[in-house]
Amino acid sequence: MRKGWRLILILLLVLAVTLFAAGCGGKKEAGNNQSGQNQPAGGQAAEEKMKVAFIYVGPIGDAGWTWAHEQGRQYLAEKLPWVEASYVENVPEGADVERVLTELAEKGNKVIFATSFGYMDYVIKVAEKYPNVVFMHCSGYKTAQNVGTYFAAMEEPRYLSGMVAGKMTKSNVLGYVAAHPIPEVIRGINAFTLGARSVNPDVKVKVVWTNTWYDPAAEKQAALSLLDAGADVIAQHQDTPGPQQAAQERGKYGIGYNSDMRQFAPEANLTSPVWNWGPYYVKVVEAVKNGTWKSEDYYGTMKDGIIDLGPYNDKVPQEVRDLVDAKKQEIIDGKFYVFQGPIKDQSGKVRVQEGQKMSHEEVLGVNWFVEGVEGDIPK
Amino acid sequence: METSVWIATLAAAITAGTPILYAALGEILAERAGVLNLGVEGMMLVGAVTGFMVAVRTGNPWMGFLVAMLAAGLLAAVFAFLTITLRANQVVTGLALTIFGTGLSGFLGKPYVGIPLPLSFKPVAIPILAEIPIIGPVLFNHNPLVYLTYILVPLLWYYFYRTRPGLNLRAIGENPAAADALGVNVFALRYIYVIIGGMLAGAGGAFLSLAYAPSWLENMTAGRGWIAVALVIFAVWDPVKALLGSYLFGGVDALTYTLQAATKIAIPSFFLKMLPYILTLVVLIIATRQTVVKHIGAPGALAIPYDREER
Repeated sequence: MRKGWRLILILLLVLAVTLFAAGCGGKKEAGNNQSGQNQPAGGQAAEEKMKVAFIYVGPIGDAGWTWAHEQGRQYLAEKLPWVEASYVENVPEGADVERVLTELAEKGNKVIFATSFGYMDYVIKVAEKYPNVVFMHCSGYKTAQNVGTYFAAMEEPRYLSGMVAGKMTKSNVLGYVAAHPIPEVIRGINAFTLGARSVNPDVKVKVVWTNTWYDPAAEKQAALSLLDAGADVIAQHQDTPGPQQAAQERGKYGIGYNSDMRQFAPEANLTSPVWNWGPYYVKVVEAVKNGTWKSEDYYGTMKDGIIDLGPYNDKVPQEVRDLVDAKKQEIIDGKFYVFQGPIKDQSGKVRVQEGQKMSHEEVLGVNWFVEGVEGDIPK
Repeated sequence: METSVWIATLAAAITAGTPILYAALGEILAERAGVLNLGVEGMMLVGAVTGFMVAVRTGNPWMGFLVAMLAAGLLAAVFAFLTITLRANQVVTGLALTIFGTGLSGFLGKPYVGIPLPLSFKPVAIPILAEIPIIGPVLFNHNPLVYLTYILVPLLWYYFYRTRPGLNLRAIGENPAAADALGVNVFALRYIYVIIGGMLAGAGGAFLSLAYAPSWLENMTAGRGWIAVALVIFAVWDPVKALLGSYLFGGVDALTYTLQAATKIAIPSFFLKMLPYILTLVVLIIATRQTVVKHIGAPGALAIPYDREER
């Protein structure tokens, strides 16, 4: 008899918990319809839609890297009504990637955008098995017959954001919260430092590595340690506004990344280098549809509009804006190149001679810091 | 390193240690009562997410904090029912609770990822005390939730060692049968302490999402619940030692970045992150030696369900 009661009690408990969870979840769905809204209404169009899929490393609400790609996906779905663009979020850079890619290919997607560096080898592997699917890998360097890569010269807006930081600092110490010691991040730090020192030669840039792309608490902690060490402008190569929030808390400045981060730190965030993927996604999908797509290694520029410097905070004075905007125009007009000599490294040795430029390959594989950066690149 | 950097690092150690401290204090209460609840991580996550949800909706972080404690307490009540009334295996049930809490929090928190918190807990300097050199900025320039632990820890210590209910608490953990014979209601008390313990774990989670980060991210506790479980052993079930231990573990967290920002010392951050666990292992080795066990050992009836009929 007692046993029976126990069983009933357990069942009731499980039921209660399940109902509780379902109830809460249901309410939440209703409150948050921004993702559902942009899904094409199924069944409306009778003809077959072209399926396109995106896989993201973070959640679409990260206000950073993944959010920017998600904006691009929504733009694509809006511009090309004959496209059915789906996404899978929160896919860590590990063995799961292969499974997710395979599933997406099996589901009949014609183009798959893999939006994180660590997806690279899995993309190549899965692409071999699905020669009729086009794979586009963001920020990598391996291509194949049906695998293209795409990325952009984020160093251009980063250089400009460095100019803003160099003008706004009072302590002449800038802090840089950096994710992983890979060329993409090192390149950004170098560009930021060159920009800052072009307007303020006394500036030093301190670097802290977090070893994570996405961890609000860790990023904030790293930023606070930089502020404690004397930095008064915090730049970041991270995917959350954590570092900006740290700057806000201490009454200092910050330079965001990926998207306009002013809403997270209205007093602190001066501007942010931002991504604008949408138009490029439209171009790729149209090319695939028309059969004109060829595997390529696309490296966009500010001229293409795929990257930009986000809006300024009201705190940035007009003279600084004028200065930075003038440089931006020079970059767009092709009159100025970020990595042009003379560039010295941390030891003071000249690495790029006066009048010379770093080649595209050198820029992509850079593994040394320019003069003015304080910090080590872990081996 | 300059003194100002040391001060900042120590202050950061306290902030980073506080969520672990809350959870560890809760676990100490439960384990002192003889119940091993390995669901700390799950309860912290549920606390973090519910606290964040309520704080975003109401704009009031205190409201979020309160609800976080209630939600985690509810989860602990489920655990208590299973392990105390139904006498289920505590280890297995605890692990299940962690897995359940992780999933539930991820599910509930989905729409809240990346949303800014309108009002979070901000540091408040305590007048006069914050002016004391070194000690002031290290101890008395924190958010209110940190100050709460300054009161909670001595209170718990006094309760454990200087009051009759505290004696009863230790008795039901050491020898529930004897306590029962003396007229102590073992079942009711175990329920109460497990639930209060869960509420404190929820408070630790809410500290992360309302003060430390402040944002919600799936799995944001990142193993802090397990550190808290380890810390309870490290602190030999003593609230004051738990305070020191949590600051030590928090200090390791803070030091990872300070070493990079303010010095040229290059200790790999992965190595530093390993340290708390090594320290816990060392304490475990020491604590299991027979001569030491008598003085500082675990509660005698830890993880053993109490059954009146088995006396």
